[in-house]
Amino acid sequence: MMNYLKMAYRNLGRNRRRSILSAFALSIGLALVLFIAAFFKGEMRSSMESTLRLDSGHIQIRAADYDPDKLSVAWEYLIENPEQVATQVETLPQVQVATPRLIASGIVAVGDESSGVQIMGVDPASSANDPYRQGLVSGDFLAADDREGILIGVPLAENLNLKVGDQLNLLVNTSNGNVDEQLFTVRGIFTTGVSTYDKGIVLLPLAKAQAFSGAENRASYIFVLLKDRAQTDAVAAALQSPDYQVKTWQELNEILVLMEDFSNAYLLILNLIVMGVTATVIVNTLVMAVFERTREIGILTAIGMKGRQIIGLFLAEASLLALGGLAFGLLLGWGVSAYFGKVGIYFGDLGISGFYLGDRIYSYLTLEDAINLTIASLIITLLASLYPARLASRMEPVEALHGGD
Amino acid sequence: MEVAKLTDVTRIYKIGEVETRALNGITMTIASGEFTSLVGPSGSGKTTLLQLIGCLDQPTSGQVVINGKETTNLSRNQRADLRKGTIGFVFQFFALIPTLTAYENVEMPLLLNGKNVTDRKKRVMDLLAAVDMTSHAHHRPDQLSGGQQQRVAVARALAPKPTMILADEPTANLDTENGEQVMGLMQTLNKDTGTTFVFATHDPRVIKYARRVVTLQDGLIVDDKKNK
Repeated sequence: MMNYLKMAYRNLGRNRRRSILSAFALSIGLALVLFIAAFFKGEMRSSMESTLRLDSGHIQIRAADYDPDKLSVAWEYLIENPEQVATQVETLPQVQVATPRLIASGIVAVGDESSGVQIMGVDPASSANDPYRQGLVSGDFLAADDREGILIGVPLAENLNLKVGDQLNLLVNTSNGNVDEQLFTVRGIFTTGVSTYDKGIVLLPLAKAQAFSGAENRASYIFVLLKDRAQTDAVAAALQSPDYQVKTWQELNEILVLMEDFSNAYLLILNLIVMGVTATVIVNTLVMAVFERTREIGILTAIGMKGRQIIGLFLAEASLLALGGLAFGLLLGWGVSAYFGKVGIYFGDLGISGFYLGDRIYSYLTLEDAINLTIASLIITLLASLYPARLASRMEPVEALHGGD
Repeated sequence: MEVAKLTDVTRIYKIGEVETRALNGITMTIASGEFTSLVGPSGSGKTTLLQLIGCLDQPTSGQVVINGKETTNLSRNQRADLRKGTIGFVFQFFALIPTLTAYENVEMPLLLNGKNVTDRKKRVMDLLAAVDMTSHAHHRPDQLSGGQQQRVAVARALAPKPTMILADEPTANLDTENGEQVMGLMQTLNKDTGTTFVFATHDPRVIKYARRVVTLQDGLIVDDKKNK
């Protein structure tokens, strides 16, 4: 084995530039698949985290008849005494925070400009609203007893040319099916980092939202965040009650979960294409080596080297090329992924509704992906190298010996 | 004792629709310890005959028996096994592996024969000493002259202690002095070790070393005589 590796190493040194270029092609290929994997993982992770943090939470407790598509605040769709329910939920040790939220549909109008929005009534004291509180770019967060204040996102403020202290007219569909309107003052402007989300939502204190929409002491759901997402099913089971619907984040985000599966399948195809192309470079190098060394193969065969030993010799060459190339590719892929994991890649608002993707995507390379993709690249390269290796092993000694003539 | 016995051996090469009859019913035997030269003009079939004796090729018809073993129906790997322990080769071109040193080139057949490191080292150093190449043991082929390379090739051919060494135009690319040296070396080794040598040549300087001269023409043996 050592002798094969020694010969393989020296053979690679015969055409150093070609060997280095081939190994480098493998490096680039692996770095590329690692970065693509890290990018997709980062994208899905960002989207899932944004969705859980801003929209769905880990669990939602809703009234038995609640229909999220209607955005209706009709009483039959709402949960009564929501603060009491939330307090009870918070007693579970796995629960980090539980808070009532009231969701209503509305329209923001400023002068001739208007924009359809989702009005979210929140308990300003709850830590579940930290993404908005910490994302304030100007102004202050809402106070629980504020009756005229409203919080809006940066894109909405830009679209309607609003700043802190400006007034806007908000129309809401009320519980009894009418439309009400009121002037609100912009108390603060926030960004959650997800423009798609920020452009379509306004925040009111829960009490004001309840009064304004006629929901009274009711909320659309209890938004629950857990200390550990893995506890979701256990907590959901503990919360089951005939009076409520208990929805887990998987049920609330079926499309996102499906998209993650789809993106994994898509990624697999993409990876196979990139690895296939790079393996072709290695095959090409080895095929050239086989034809250049035809006479040597003849000599080795003449002195008694068997077909499988010739295969071993060329596979040793492929292994060295692959190990060198992949080691550098791993380093390169990890480096690039780590860099963009830190600074992110700015995409802005991609305008994909219902898909809360951050404006900046941070690549995220997992150890599992790094190991799996490196091993897969090695296996594909070695499998591809079998072709030139077998080509060499099947040469007739007489023909091979005259190959250099 | 016969190391090679050929019976009515024919070898026809087919290139496209054209058939070339390289050997046309050769029957001959080579006894152990012979120092035999196959001579004849280009295209007479010397190299083809050598390749068939060396199990590098298979006859179109006829029988080739090496060390009492019928080789005609052997697989590629079985032929490789037979060559590995029985037959050594010295080629016209200096057929050393360019990435290996002189030492490693001589060691290669021993590795293929599964010899341990101690046995290998002793055998290689003995052989390099026998061909007067000890001082160049760690030189690569491109650091050796043609004559030196051919001496290393002879040492390599002898390494697995074969019963027969086949040499195809071993002096063709050497000057007179180096050619004489290599032939003298092969003659000495033949006498000292009893190894059978068969070489194809049309170089009269080489033929004088042979004790038996087999002359081929148009794929047939036209003369087979002892050399005085």
